[in-house]
Amino acid sequence: MKRRRAATLVPYFLSAPALLLFLAVMIVPLIMTALLSFYDWGQYKGIVPEFTLKNWREMIADDYFLEVYVRTLRISLLVTLFSALIGVPEAYILNRMSPRWRPLCLLIVLGPLLISVVARTLGWALLLGSTGFLNQALVSLGLLSEPVGFMFTETGVVIALTHVLAPFMLLAVWAALQRLDGKVEQAAFSLGASQFSVIRKVVLPQIIPGILSGSVIVFALAASAFATPAIIGGRRLKVASTLAYDEFLNTLNWPLGAAVAVLLLVALVAIIVGCNRLIERRFAQVFE
Amino acid sequence: MSKRGELGRNGPLALAFNGLFLAFMLAPILVVCVVAFTPEGYLSLPRRGLSLRWFRAILDYPEFITAFRDSVWLGALSSTIAIGFAVPAALAIARYRFAGRETLLSLMMSPLMIPHVVLGIAFLRFFTQIGLTGNFFGLVIGHVIIVTPFALRLVLAASTGMDQRIEHAAASLGAEPFTVFRRVTLPLILPGVVSGWVLAFITSFDEVSMTVFIASPATNTLPVRLFLYIQDNIDPLVCSISTVLIVLMAVLMVVLDRVYGLDRLFVGTGKG
Repeated sequence: MKRRRAATLVPYFLSAPALLLFLAVMIVPLIMTALLSFYDWGQYKGIVPEFTLKNWREMIADDYFLEVYVRTLRISLLVTLFSALIGVPEAYILNRMSPRWRPLCLLIVLGPLLISVVARTLGWALLLGSTGFLNQALVSLGLLSEPVGFMFTETGVVIALTHVLAPFMLLAVWAALQRLDGKVEQAAFSLGASQFSVIRKVVLPQIIPGILSGSVIVFALAASAFATPAIIGGRRLKVASTLAYDEFLNTLNWPLGAAVAVLLLVALVAIIVGCNRLIERRFAQVFE
Repeated sequence: MSKRGELGRNGPLALAFNGLFLAFMLAPILVVCVVAFTPEGYLSLPRRGLSLRWFRAILDYPEFITAFRDSVWLGALSSTIAIGFAVPAALAIARYRFAGRETLLSLMMSPLMIPHVVLGIAFLRFFTQIGLTGNFFGLVIGHVIIVTPFALRLVLAASTGMDQRIEHAAASLGAEPFTVFRRVTLPLILPGVVSGWVLAFITSFDEVSMTVFIASPATNTLPVRLFLYIQDNIDPLVCSISTVLIVLMAVLMVVLDRVYGLDRLFVGTGKG
């Protein structure tokens, strides 16, 4: 009897260290940050621990904040869209590739995930600048009459972020393709369906859950990206995460920075949870 | 016969798309590596032959070398600690159905979904309050939180797939619980533990968005130093440093691919 009581406690003993760690150094700091967003701040008095709605009012009243959040949303949606447009076909093509070439292609596609985002963004900065290599190539090929500056523009940020995040879309779709039964495709072919209609009517409906969960991941990572928008966007083109950074380390208005960060977190969690609910309800049978 | 060929193979259009996609993925990485070999004093393609001057120039910037050393230490320490927390938690989650199991799992995976900037801000506030700012120990704590999901995911996949009857056999032959863990369980989940450690190390080594908040001039990581440098100016020096990083990661990547498989490494969920 005693032994059995002890056995039911085993999982709690095993998980207690991790649980305590996460409560103490992640949940507590997050709560402290939420509280901080309700504190007062002044240029000369610093942080004053008195409850105020000042920071939240300022965020709602000032159009600048709205503009930054709308920009963050727009960039994240575009990155998600482009990642799907290039990642989904690539996953399908890779899946059909001969086993001789597939490992190498996978290494090239997934490898960049392990390379520092700073190094990859540096590459885009070199390519995208108005004297950058992409412009030089396009002008010398006669495709552009004069260089176009992609640096410090949303287009540049979207291109670089799509490069950073498309592999995540590919992975999600790849996982869905692995579960696919090749025989169904073969059956459709042998019944005379064209390649296009096999993809549209047989493959696509089955990998849509993969595409959607990939989209949620890419969207979340795009909305919270920091290094890429900071380098490509420069000091003027702000997104939510670079704005929070600015308030914290340049303006030193921590309470306002905390409010910016908390709003980003809350909005993101609401969007992710909402999308996951929707996907699970709509495609419940696929996840069984 | 012809139908079969049509089904299995990619057409020329598909292959062209694949080529463009691979070029898109490689272009920014290659351009950094090529520019690093320029003999000129400014950003340019090495047209007059290759030069190592910008690699030698790294040695004139000791702050990058100390940052590299700190990054390696930080990565090694935080991944080891994260594995220490992840292994028991993974065993509990994989084997037992207990109250709070789902909550524990989502709590430990949550750093994947919480923006790293928000975590950085939270750690900065927390460390300022408890007097840990600009401290290497603070960096380690922050990185443990960020890399634990990666360690947990791979260890969990390994523990879920493992045959528990072998442990029961060892126990029924009289082995103590800790002996069973050390001699039976650990060797069986070792591939997951090792890959989890490596993935955690790489994640920690590359992390910028959270670290930039809690790093200080005295304790700084290489990617953060690189990031702050790039914000001011871009020159061939950052290209040569990035090239060193890219080559190091490429080596680790090939090893991981051989040992574990890159696609499994990233897809690997609790279900194995």
